[in-house]
Amino acid sequence: MQSFLITDPPSLSDATILGGVPGATFIAGGTDVMQLLKNNVIAPRQLIDLDKLNLSNITNDHGELRLGALATMADVAAHPVIRADWPAISQALLLSASPQVRNMGTMGGNLLQRTRCLYFRDNGFACNKRAPGSGCPAIAGDSRDLAIFGTSSHCIATHPSDLPVALMAFNAEVELQAPGGATRRLPLSKLYRLPGTTPHIETNLQPGELITAVILAAQGVSRRSTYLKVRDRTSFAFALVSAAVALDIEDGTIRDARVALGGVGTMPWRAPLVEIALRGQTPNDQVFETAALKIAAGAETTQMNAFKIRLAQRIIVRALQTVSA
Amino acid sequence: MYVGQGVDRIDGKAKITGGAKYAAEFDLPGTAHAVLVQSTISAGKITGFDLVLAEAMPGILAIITTDNAEKLGNLKAAPQKVTYPLLQDSNIKFNGQHIAVVVADTFERATAAAAAVRVNYRATRAVNTMDQAISQSVTPKEFSNGRAKPDSQVGDAAPLLPAGTLRVEQTYTTPIEHHNPMEPHATIANWSGGQLTVWTATQGISGAQKALSSLFGLEPKSVTVICPYVGGGFGSKGNTWPPAVLAAMAARRVNRPVKLVVTREQMFTSNGYRPRTVQRVKLAASPDGKLLSVRHDVKTQTSMPEVGEFAEPSALITRMLYEAPSIGTSHRLVQVNHGLPTYMRGPGESSGAFAIESAMDEMAAALKMDPIAFRLKNYAENDPTARLPFASKALRECYAQGATAFGWEKRNPIPRSMRDGHLLVGMGMATSSYPTNRMPASASIRLTADGSALVRSGTQDIGTGTYTTLAQVAADELGLPLRKVRTQLGDSRLPSAPVSGGSMTSASVVPAVQAAAQGMKSQLFALAINHGGPQWRGISPETLALSESAVIGPTDRLSIAQIFARAKIAQLNATAGAHPDSDAQKYSKHAFGAQFAEVRVDPDLGIVRVSRWVGAFDCGRILNAKTARSQLIGGIIYGMGMALFEETRVDPNSGRITNANISDYLVAVNADVPDIETIVVDSVDPISNPLGTKGIGELPMVGAAPAIANAVYHATGIRVRDLPIRIENLLV
Repeated sequence: MQSFLITDPPSLSDATILGGVPGATFIAGGTDVMQLLKNNVIAPRQLIDLDKLNLSNITNDHGELRLGALATMADVAAHPVIRADWPAISQALLLSASPQVRNMGTMGGNLLQRTRCLYFRDNGFACNKRAPGSGCPAIAGDSRDLAIFGTSSHCIATHPSDLPVALMAFNAEVELQAPGGATRRLPLSKLYRLPGTTPHIETNLQPGELITAVILAAQGVSRRSTYLKVRDRTSFAFALVSAAVALDIEDGTIRDARVALGGVGTMPWRAPLVEIALRGQTPNDQVFETAALKIAAGAETTQMNAFKIRLAQRIIVRALQTVSA
Repeated sequence: MYVGQGVDRIDGKAKITGGAKYAAEFDLPGTAHAVLVQSTISAGKITGFDLVLAEAMPGILAIITTDNAEKLGNLKAAPQKVTYPLLQDSNIKFNGQHIAVVVADTFERATAAAAAVRVNYRATRAVNTMDQAISQSVTPKEFSNGRAKPDSQVGDAAPLLPAGTLRVEQTYTTPIEHHNPMEPHATIANWSGGQLTVWTATQGISGAQKALSSLFGLEPKSVTVICPYVGGGFGSKGNTWPPAVLAAMAARRVNRPVKLVVTREQMFTSNGYRPRTVQRVKLAASPDGKLLSVRHDVKTQTSMPEVGEFAEPSALITRMLYEAPSIGTSHRLVQVNHGLPTYMRGPGESSGAFAIESAMDEMAAALKMDPIAFRLKNYAENDPTARLPFASKALRECYAQGATAFGWEKRNPIPRSMRDGHLLVGMGMATSSYPTNRMPASASIRLTADGSALVRSGTQDIGTGTYTTLAQVAADELGLPLRKVRTQLGDSRLPSAPVSGGSMTSASVVPAVQAAAQGMKSQLFALAINHGGPQWRGISPETLALSESAVIGPTDRLSIAQIFARAKIAQLNATAGAHPDSDAQKYSKHAFGAQFAEVRVDPDLGIVRVSRWVGAFDCGRILNAKTARSQLIGGIIYGMGMALFEETRVDPNSGRITNANISDYLVAVNADVPDIETIVVDSVDPISNPLGTKGIGELPMVGAAPAIANAVYHATGIRVRDLPIRIENLLV
């Protein structure tokens, strides 16, 4: 860990201005940033502590659910509206990390959690994400945990978080504020960038721009939703593959379907072809199985992670069975 | 009698209140902090260090590199394996090898400077994984501490087998595994007038004293090793590994006390590991289930010869587990550019049992025989390779009591036949065995006038309960209440005792405590007879007893306080040693067990969960029912980790470990562990040691992994022969 300056600005506008200075990094719960610092994966000159900002409110009005960027994973998971109307989000959070981490981790921080790629986290290895242009030994190496969607020859690192998988299924937006006070909204899917030739640029955030809230528009499909996560042990592990699935079933027909996958993409991965195959169909195992097959298109696998296609298909089917039951 | 009871740990309160001091917690005034720098290539040579950045950083006291490290004594003469290279030359033999030590006034400053050390290498071709050199194996030079040979053969090596013989021939593999004790390796070293004192996390203070004195050219008594508590070792703290030596080297360089705590990441390259094994097992059996031939050929990885050699003796268990007219085993080594492997809980037996007990399950399935009936049919009444009687063996009782408690009779033998909703249910079992070891040990007892006893031995409590069990033994022998007995351990100035490894601490040290107690008794009886007054005169000591803090004579009793007052003494001391009985060499000495696992497998998602467990053990006399149960369930959980989670992963193109942290090196969490029922069958071994213990540290881990693999086969019909069992293995 290198020496750094830490400041805790009193206002959002101060935070964004300080965050825009080259070499500055925001820190909220710190559950990821601390690891990255200790492992010398990042070496910021300045840490901008967001602790003093009032961004932890959860509000629900005008058909819009607003999760403050500093709301903790624990608080959002336990919120009665989330539990009742957005079960996939609550479950995704509760299946993340450990209670201690969930008490510290925040909405904004979780969306921006860095990859768990073993090569990224150990600077004894080359890594195009950590040290642009140094190469990617992971693709020909220990790639079991790595992505099969959205990859490039420069990087196959998986986006590790559970929460944005569920959010992606519900077309969540993020509210951003830039230095100078300008705000904008961005669909979550547009927050993230695919690695391409620049895997070190992971989001479309501008310098100093801060996530202030996650916005969810009320939608009928969210109540009948679930998050299924498969991992190597029962608790406290990242997903091998996970799925957020939601169905809107009316008169025995699927009106709307949402399927997003975790553990398989370089960003939280929506599966539109599966959704299309489900819409208008009668919910049954055969329909689910046929639809789940659609994810194979576009997957790029290594020998070690090829099993994720089949596992993802099985998870989708199981989750669809769960929400249609 | 305190022995046998489930007495609470006498060090429990100190541990949970923070009063128990571990090696890194003995802060001395002026302590400097050392941080290791490790290589990032697997083979080659250091061509130069660039220390400009690091040396300019604040608080730096010294940067010791391969260029300027002090030359140590003869490394080969060091009595414990002290692995290469201790900064003695600039060759690199494995990725993560220590190449420099940065010493600073604070840990943070040393850490920052260590990260700023730049190293230039000339890399050469490396063997990055065992599988890259599997065809080039060598015979171990040293094997099983000289107690066995790498190869064995009983009967005809290639017996003529009749028509109709059933055969199982399969390869089983176990991965590299790391011990990952909660407490990292840590040492504080302090030199004073040519004397070295180290506080270090070790399973063997006596070995550490020998190794350090030899390396630094000192008399053993010039080195004091202190280790009152150990936060887990599992074999990783059995040897004196480089960090302890480098801490002492650094302390001498900066002329201050130096603390060196190995980071979790560095724990993967600093203190050994269980090597990968590739095991070929060939079984032949008659149609009625009699084994005709057993072959178990083991290949296991070791480091490059300059680093040292360690052979995981996986097939030792096969030499004694079942009766067969032909039993052959071999061990070969594959040299890899990794650090030196070492003992890890059940070294050899844990990995070997996975192979032989999986193969036995495969043969039972081929024979359409019940797995227990098949094992009973081939029950070894005597050790078939050593051709010696067992000192004691109650394995039949383990099978019987375990099967009853588990409900084995409810098992439908057909794979994939048992269900719980959509989950497949599997029931599997395996045999466990581990040698009963013992080494010379000594202990002393001091008794004071208030009837308090202090038991001392240079052993160490590695978390198993030694503080408590030694106090129980002494309290019983001396007729004292347990609260009046204290135990002092973990200091090399105390009477010497062996390494706490091989499940032998109780077997070795308890007889020494008993002998010291006998010496104490004799002194007390003599004092009572000489100073007790007329009615005590001429009484034979054999008629006396110690009870309730008093000597009990035929007509009278004298409290310890009275005796001390009349004899005008303040304390009594007794020291004694105890040695293994040479008659014990006429026997094959082992503990045994039967492991029963029930698993539930999600057939679509490949998820395995252990749902029930019964372990029945023939482990001799139990000193403390509570700490014994902790060891038994701990070993079983360790075995669950081996079966389902644990694997040290290596980048095949660089030889660098990729998951060197406990976020990515998975061990079982509470949610993975069901209720565990442990049964200790009634057996006392009168031959292995006077107390009749057989050792329980490693036994409960052995057989746990194959019991799970066999249960997974029973649940799914899928035989997984490579550990750990992974989701992708079961996604069909």
